[in-house]
Amino acid sequence: MDQVIFDLTQMPLREVNAALHAPGLAGDFLVENPAGAHNLAVGLTSPVNVTVQGHVGYYAAGMNQRASVSILGNAGTGVAENMMSGTVTVRGNASQSAGATAHGGLLVIEGNAAARCGISMKGVDIVVGGNVGHGSAFMAQAGRMVVRGDAGDGLGDSIYEARLYVRGTVASLGADCVAKEMRPEHLEELAALLKSAGFEGDDPAAYTRYGSARTLYHFHAANSY
Amino acid sequence: MSFTSDDRSRLGLRESATFDRATIAGIQRAAETGVYDIRGWGAKRALPHFDDLLFLGASMSRYPLEGYREACGTDVVLGGRNAKFPLRLDIPVTIAGMSFGALSGRAKDALGRGASEVGTSTTTGDGGMTPEERGQSKHLVYQYLPSRYGMNPDDLRKADAIEVVLGQGAKPGGGGMLLGQKISERVAGMRTLPQGIDQRSASRHPDWTGPDDLTIKILELREITDWEKPIYVKVGASRTYYDVKLAVHAGADVVVVDGMQGGTAATQDVFIEHVGIPTLAAIPQAVQALQELGVHRKPDGVQLIVSGGIRTGADVAKALALGADAVAIGTAALVALGDNHPRWAAEYEKLGSAAGFYDDYQDGRDPAGISTQDPQLEQRLDPVEGGRRLANYLRVLTMEAQTIARACGKAHVTHLEPEDLVALTIESAAMARVPLAGTGWIPGQGL
Ligand SMILES: Cc1cc2nc3c(=O)[nH]c(=O)nc-3n(C[C@H](O)[C@H](O)[C@H](O)COP(=O)(O)O)c2cc1C
Repeated sequence: MDQVIFDLTQMPLREVNAALHAPGLAGDFLVENPAGAHNLAVGLTSPVNVTVQGHVGYYAAGMNQRASVSILGNAGTGVAENMMSGTVTVRGNASQSAGATAHGGLLVIEGNAAARCGISMKGVDIVVGGNVGHGSAFMAQAGRMVVRGDAGDGLGDSIYEARLYVRGTVASLGADCVAKEMRPEHLEELAALLKSAGFEGDDPAAYTRYGSARTLYHFHAANSY
Repeated sequence: MSFTSDDRSRLGLRESATFDRATIAGIQRAAETGVYDIRGWGAKRALPHFDDLLFLGASMSRYPLEGYREACGTDVVLGGRNAKFPLRLDIPVTIAGMSFGALSGRAKDALGRGASEVGTSTTTGDGGMTPEERGQSKHLVYQYLPSRYGMNPDDLRKADAIEVVLGQGAKPGGGGMLLGQKISERVAGMRTLPQGIDQRSASRHPDWTGPDDLTIKILELREITDWEKPIYVKVGASRTYYDVKLAVHAGADVVVVDGMQGGTAATQDVFIEHVGIPTLAAIPQAVQALQELGVHRKPDGVQLIVSGGIRTGADVAKALALGADAVAIGTAALVALGDNHPRWAAEYEKLGSAAGFYDDYQDGRDPAGISTQDPQLEQRLDPVEGGRRLANYLRVLTMEAQTIARACGKAHVTHLEPEDLVALTIESAAMARVPLAGTGWIPGQGL
C-alpha cells in the first residue's frame, strides 16, 4: 500500500491526529516537518505504521495502542507515555519521563534518555541504547527496562515488581532498589528484549539485574514517612 | 469506673485545653506504635464555614418567588468552553472522585445509581474506572491522577469528562494511600500492584511539572479524545487565587477547588488537620481569579466546582452565592448511603469507634460495607437501596437550595450572589468577603 504523507507545515496537528484516529485505519503514514510539535500521533488505536521525519515535542505517541511509531529524530518529554501496546522507536535521544506509566508495548530509544525514564511504568518494555538520567524507573510497578549504557542517581527508587537490566554503571540506587542475581530465565528474557530492539549483538551476561528488595511494601515504624 | 462530666466537675477535674483527651491519646498512640495516624474523613477541628454565613432573604427591596408556582432552575452546563460535548446536569450537586479500592464495588455502583437518578455526575478516583460504575453512571468524570493507576485510553474515551487531579483538600501536596487490607486481588490487578501491600501514590504527576507543561498535557488529552470532553483541573485549596489563574491559563474548562474539610479515604491525621485552607476562604479567591480573567459565569467561561464540607442545601446555596457553579460531595454522599448509621452501633464499638465517629476508612473493616473490599461486609450495602437513599438526599439538597434561592427572589439557584449573604463572625466575613451581619463592614476591604 502507498504511504500517506502528512506535512505539518500544510496541515494542522489536530487534523493529522484526527486522520490517524479514523476507525479501521491501516497502512503506512509519514509525517513530515514535525518541527518539535507536541502531542503528535497521540491516542492511536489502529495497527498502522507511522514514521515521523524529524524531532518531536512532548508526549509523542502518547497512550499508543497497537500502532508502530518511528521517530527519526529526538523526542521531548513523555514520549510514549502510558502506552498500552504497539511499538515506539526514537532514533535519537529522548527527554525526561520517556515511557512514563506505560502499561504495555515496546519503547526503544536508540540514543540516551533523560531523567525519569520509565517512571511509574506499569508493564511496558523499554530498551535504551545509551544512558538514562536520574530518577529512572521511579516507582516502577511492572515491565522491563534495559539500559545499554549507564544509569543516573536514584535508579529504581521505591520500585515495585519491574525488572531493570543495566550494562554500565549505576550512579546510585534509589530506596529499596537492589542488584539481583542473573538467573538463566533473566538472561533469556534480556536476550529476547535486546533482540526485539535490534541489539542482538550484546552479551546479556554483561548486564546486571536490579529490582525491589520489597522492604517498603508494608508501613512500619522505620519507613512510614 | 468511669465518671460522667457532672462527676468530673464535682471533683474539680479540669481538662487541659492544650492537652485534651484526644491529644493525650494521640501521644500515647504514637509512643506505642512509632507510626503516624492514618485515617479517613476530613478535618475534624472547628473552622470558619458556611454555618457562619446567613442569607438576607427578600422583603421590601427584593421580591421573593412563590414556592411551587414559580420556577427556580437548578441545571448547570459544565465545560462548554472547548468540549464538543459539555456536561449538562440537572442539579448543581455532583459526586466527588472516590476510588474503587477506597470504596467497595457496591458503593461505587450505588453512587452511580443515585447520581443518575437525579441527573448529576459521579467521578472515578485513584484506581481506574470499573465497568459497574461506568454502567450505572449517566455522567461519569474520569480522574487523571499522579499515580495513573488503571489509566487506560479506552476508559478515557468512555468518560464524559476528564478531571486532572493536582491535589485534594484533605492533603494538598500529598499523594493517595491505600493500605494492604484493601488491596484485594481485583484492586491490585486494576492498579498493577502486588496484592496486600501498603500502597502510596505519587504526589506529583510523572510526566509534567508546572503550568506550562500542564498546558501541553491538557492539549494531549484533548487530542486523544478528539476535543469531545470537558477537562477539569482539581486542586486542594491552598494558594487558590494563583492556582485557579494558572489552571485557567493551562486550559482548564472547569476548575474544582476542594477545601481543607474535604474528605479522604486514607491520609495522615497531621496532614488532614494542618495543611490547606478552609473551603470558605478558598471560594472568593477562586472567584476573583476567574473574574479577573473574564471567565466567571460567562457563556464561554470556566466553571467552578467547590467541595469540602458540603452537607446541606444551605451549604450548596451559600457556595453558589459566593460564585461556585456547582458543588461536589464526598463524605455526605457516603453518609447518605449508610455510613456511620446507628444500625451498626454495636459493630462500630467493637472496632473501638462509635456511630457518628467512625473515620477508619483506611482500615477496610467498615461495618456499613462502604469503605471495604471484604466481600462479606460489602454485601451489607444494597446498591439499589443505597442509590435510592443518595437520590433522596440529593433531591433534598436541591430543594433546600431552591427554597433559599426563591426566598432571595432568584429564578435560578446560580443567580444567588454575595450580596444575598452576611457573616456571623469577623473571620468568616473576612474570608467570604461579605459584610458582618448588621454592618456594612467587610474586614480587609475599603477602610
Ligand atoms: C472515601 C473517599 C475517597 C476519596 N478518593 C479520592 C480520590 O481518589 N481522588 C480525589 O481526587 N479525591 C478523593 N477524595 C476526595 C473527594 O473527591 C472530595 O474532594 C472530598 O470528599 C470533598 O469533601 P467532602 O467529603 O467534605 O464532601 C476521596 C474522599 C473520600 C471520602
